[in-house]
Amino acid sequence: MNDCGLTIRVNGLTKRYGQLIAVDHISFEVKRGEFFGFLGPNGAGKTTTVRMLTGVLRADAGESSIAGHPVGSLAAKQITGVVPEMANAYGDLSAWDNLMLVANLYGLRRGDAREKALSLLQEVGLFNRKDDLVKGYSKGMKQRLIICMALISDPEVLFLDEPTSGLDVQSSRLIKGLLRRLNEKGKTIFLTTHDMDEANDLCDRVAVINKGRLAAVDAPEKLRMATSAMHSVEVSFDKAVDSRELAELPGVITVSKVGDKFRLQTANPGDLVATLVNRLCSKDLRIVSLNTSSPSLEDAFVALIGKERSE
Amino acid sequence: MSKMELALQQARRSLVIARKDIRIYYSKGPVVIFGLLFPVFLFLSYMINRHLSAESMMPGLVGMILFFTATAISPIVAPWEAQARTLERLMSCPVRAETIIMGDILASFIFGLGISLVPIIIGLSLGVGISMPVVFGLALVLTAFCFASLGQVFSIPPTNVPATANMISSVVKFPMVFISGIFVPLQELPTWAQGISYISPLTYFTDIARRSMQDEGHLNAGIDILALLAFTILFSSVAMWAHRQTMPRRI
Repeated sequence: MNDCGLTIRVNGLTKRYGQLIAVDHISFEVKRGEFFGFLGPNGAGKTTTVRMLTGVLRADAGESSIAGHPVGSLAAKQITGVVPEMANAYGDLSAWDNLMLVANLYGLRRGDAREKALSLLQEVGLFNRKDDLVKGYSKGMKQRLIICMALISDPEVLFLDEPTSGLDVQSSRLIKGLLRRLNEKGKTIFLTTHDMDEANDLCDRVAVINKGRLAAVDAPEKLRMATSAMHSVEVSFDKAVDSRELAELPGVITVSKVGDKFRLQTANPGDLVATLVNRLCSKDLRIVSLNTSSPSLEDAFVALIGKERSE
Repeated sequence: MSKMELALQQARRSLVIARKDIRIYYSKGPVVIFGLLFPVFLFLSYMINRHLSAESMMPGLVGMILFFTATAISPIVAPWEAQARTLERLMSCPVRAETIIMGDILASFIFGLGISLVPIIIGLSLGVGISMPVVFGLALVLTAFCFASLGQVFSIPPTNVPATANMISSVVKFPMVFISGIFVPLQELPTWAQGISYISPLTYFTDIARRSMQDEGHLNAGIDILALLAFTILFSSVAMWAHRQTMPRRI
């Protein structure tokens, strides 16, 4: 298979630390211009994977490439921008000097670097503080600067490891907006996160990793829908109802009481609503409220991780 | 891109890293203390009340200042960057591990060479002559690079605590000062001490400095230069190879 249309190819990527297999033969592909999410609980292997793909760590096995260049090669790094988890800009330098440092390390021409730096600093709201030492910046400001440092070379592929973790709402929204605009301009974005809403809002596809292994790779909507057993119907009545009676209804998987309501888990919410109306109303019960809910990406994630754990 | 173009590109990026190191690390406490104050006070404590002439003081003083200054920055940069979490950012840029190491070595080299020029200029203004200026200049440059590379060897263990790298460096540096003909000329050392002194690169620089300033060298100047060259190649190669292995373990 050639790399036409593919930006990132990962085949059997593995990393061991002694006896621990941090990343266990994972394989996936990311298409050009795709916004790809990489989800997993703490310690699942997300950061190790990103570090291998950005050439910071060497893989013990497997082959990976970025736009056809082997990961870790200078050619791959040249077209990649990275926002590492927990990374810092140089506190003893100003934002401007940090940007010029990275621009020089990518071999940018002085004029281009200055123009790009000015535009980025204005976009993230740091222009007026560009000459201040970074050690005086807040966490949100530092993170915005680090994203600017990743973008100064106008990379084709952007890796971001938990870029909004621990940030205030304003910084987080600003970063998400920026990422969305970059993706619209055709940048391929690889985002690791454990914020399901963030992944759901931003990503075209997501991969779920757990204990170093891939549990699923699909579009968020497909993953949600694949978790069919997580559909539920919430219903409340004007009179007391025995939950065992509800559990006996066809299609009900589990029943739980939530405040004055019952939550009935089912694979087929439409049929269950019809059954509820037909059977219970004939018993002189009146439905006070009725809601159906689809599984969220978080539900899908929990189900996938739970399934992995039970195996 | 041809190999030559690639080498030039990485050399330019080494200079970018060196410039960054110069801006950030020259004013750090450990550099000022171990690189500037310490050798000056150590030498002052040796020379006070000894009524030494400028000619007899200069080789030892220049050797010691060059040794301490050129080994002051390179041991702390890698641990400092790992501790400050700036190393991963650097490693993900399009630079080889060797480029990063060379940048750190260059920053230390420039610091060592620059500061060493101060006592040399003072010595010249006091009337100290240098009989082989080209050989002395070559030895000075070679030795600054040699010690900057040696400093990088001290930070090979992947510790993220600069003080630990400084401790490792001090354990090696202090004995070296006493066996390298700084305080006592090589020919006046007992035979066993002379044997040990040959494993120290500082010995060869001090010997050339004594020959240039006092006309009292013990070894042939060519041997001194070759020995310094050999130590430089050894230390820089070991530093490059070993840091390439240990750098990912700092993350």
